[in-house]
Amino acid sequence: MPERTARELFLGEGPGTGSGSQNLYVNMGPAHPAMHGIIRIFAELDGEVVVKTDVEIGYLHRAFEKDCEVGPYNNAIPYTDRLNYVSPLINNFAYASAVEKLLGIEITERCKYIRVVMSEISRVCDHLTCVGATAMELGAFTVFLYMIKAREFLWELVEDVTGARLTISYGRVGGVKADLPEGFGIKVRKAFAEVRQVLTEVHTLITGNRIFMDRMVGVGALSAEESIAWGITGPMLRAAGVPFDLRRVQPYWAYDRVEFEVPLGKNGDNFDRYLVRMAEMEQAMRMVEQALERMPGGAINVDFEGREIPVDAYVDRGKQGKTEGLLLLPIALSPNLQGQGREAQGRVNVADKKVVMPPKETTYGSIEGLMNHFMLVMDGYGIRPPAGEAYFAAEGANGELGFYVVSDGGDRPYRVRCRPPCLPPVAALPRMIEGQMVADIIPTFGSVNMIGGELDR
Amino acid sequence: MDGSAILARLRGRLGAQVLETHDRLGDHTAVVAREGIVDALTFCRDDAELRFDMLMDLTAVDYLKFPGREDGPRFDVVYHLYSVAHNHRIRLKVRVEQDASSVPTATGLWPIANWLEREVWDMFGIRFDGHPDLRRLLMYEEFVGHPLRKDYPIERRQPLIGPNV
Repeated sequence: MPERTARELFLGEGPGTGSGSQNLYVNMGPAHPAMHGIIRIFAELDGEVVVKTDVEIGYLHRAFEKDCEVGPYNNAIPYTDRLNYVSPLINNFAYASAVEKLLGIEITERCKYIRVVMSEISRVCDHLTCVGATAMELGAFTVFLYMIKAREFLWELVEDVTGARLTISYGRVGGVKADLPEGFGIKVRKAFAEVRQVLTEVHTLITGNRIFMDRMVGVGALSAEESIAWGITGPMLRAAGVPFDLRRVQPYWAYDRVEFEVPLGKNGDNFDRYLVRMAEMEQAMRMVEQALERMPGGAINVDFEGREIPVDAYVDRGKQGKTEGLLLLPIALSPNLQGQGREAQGRVNVADKKVVMPPKETTYGSIEGLMNHFMLVMDGYGIRPPAGEAYFAAEGANGELGFYVVSDGGDRPYRVRCRPPCLPPVAALPRMIEGQMVADIIPTFGSVNMIGGELDR
Repeated sequence: MDGSAILARLRGRLGAQVLETHDRLGDHTAVVAREGIVDALTFCRDDAELRFDMLMDLTAVDYLKFPGREDGPRFDVVYHLYSVAHNHRIRLKVRVEQDASSVPTATGLWPIANWLEREVWDMFGIRFDGHPDLRRLLMYEEFVGHPLRKDYPIERRQPLIGPNV
């Protein structure tokens, strides 16, 4: 008599029992407590081993790309907030940069630094959320609470600058909505001190923790070649040892003027992904500090060909009938519009009246400003890039965030395509979890950092 | 390798299959004939000097209402390739007629093409010949039409589905 397997012994299955061994089909999701985000993993299990999976997405589809086509260019900015809602600032800026590329305009130096600062703060928020949620799903609830606490300090910074915590709509084609508030540098230093302390605590808690390592080391691994073939970018690719970081290899904004390292992993497993994200947070904070230090101040306006305009030159332009910027009526602005006044606008936005809204004093205080404002918001007018197409890629928190914008010369985008950085890893999820245990789905799915808004658009 | 050299190399290898090229706004682009697209993609991936090892994006554009393109081929399928090895990019395009809206699949070259092509099928109704599993990706099976087509009105409502309808 052949030796009986454990399965036959305990379950009474297998040859001789009449039932035969059967695989079990399990639905994880769409609404599952361990699935942060709505996604369905249909898994075929043999005991505890995942044999085959089918991943179903699209539950959060909101027709982002279609909606972008029906309004003017800047109307898409609030929609981009809702792509990766943990780091919405990067989406704003990447979309704006794609349209700027289409228009052929160069943003001001100060604006480039502001975009770097705000993007890196968002990146820390994103990584905190990802690491915290993964740790929580493995039982380390304390880590989650600590990290959400740290994220709160950063969201206060974001709120200070943009007026909102999540749906920030801060980027604009040609610049940003408003300048940084006064004393921002000091607040950043305070917040970063708190974040650094949390990171140290988390390192102490879980980096060498036996349970955490058992669940993470060697789980969900993808080799460098496979990651590239699957189109995976960002921290997940760097965890496999590939030094691909757009901020380094194809620098944009002011990334070529700040020093940072690109943390790399070796094995491409969940533990390396965790380490890469932890190291990237420190690098991101380093970048913010440098950028805040080097950020140029003063009024920097550029004309249509990118030449700087000294402030006194406006007087002569006034005699030529170019009255923009001359009307210095004292207008009291609502506190809601803080940072959108005349002085701040010149610092952060390009001086292209066809692209950027006039300062609020000018809009409320002069007929020219009002007309300028209307020309930008009226149907059929507004920003009208020449017909063509442009692809702009920024390093999002999950990898390459690309915007492919096609213009037909009209005032609304003909087509906006967002290349979502978390789609390739989710597509590769079956490859990562098949052959592993059911319990390994959870940390692997956590390390993918699936963000529904961006994945399903 | 700079963009114009990449385009020259593509033209040298594929000859008449490359219908036109441009480098507007610094994005080097080649329009390839539909029959030649798999050859072009394979060459881009395997050639030692090009080594486009990553299919960064695959999408489509419906040119139905584009000024000047109303009568031409309706769709462009757009491939954005990136080379991790050489740090360069290229965009390849295939023009597709409405009546014969299918393109040979790239799933044999990159596994990620599977989902990206499913999304293009879902959104534009462009078929990919030889695709192993051409289901909708974002929409549900009962969805009628292809929402990113220009003749799909944004306010159209879909029939209700489910057991109680």
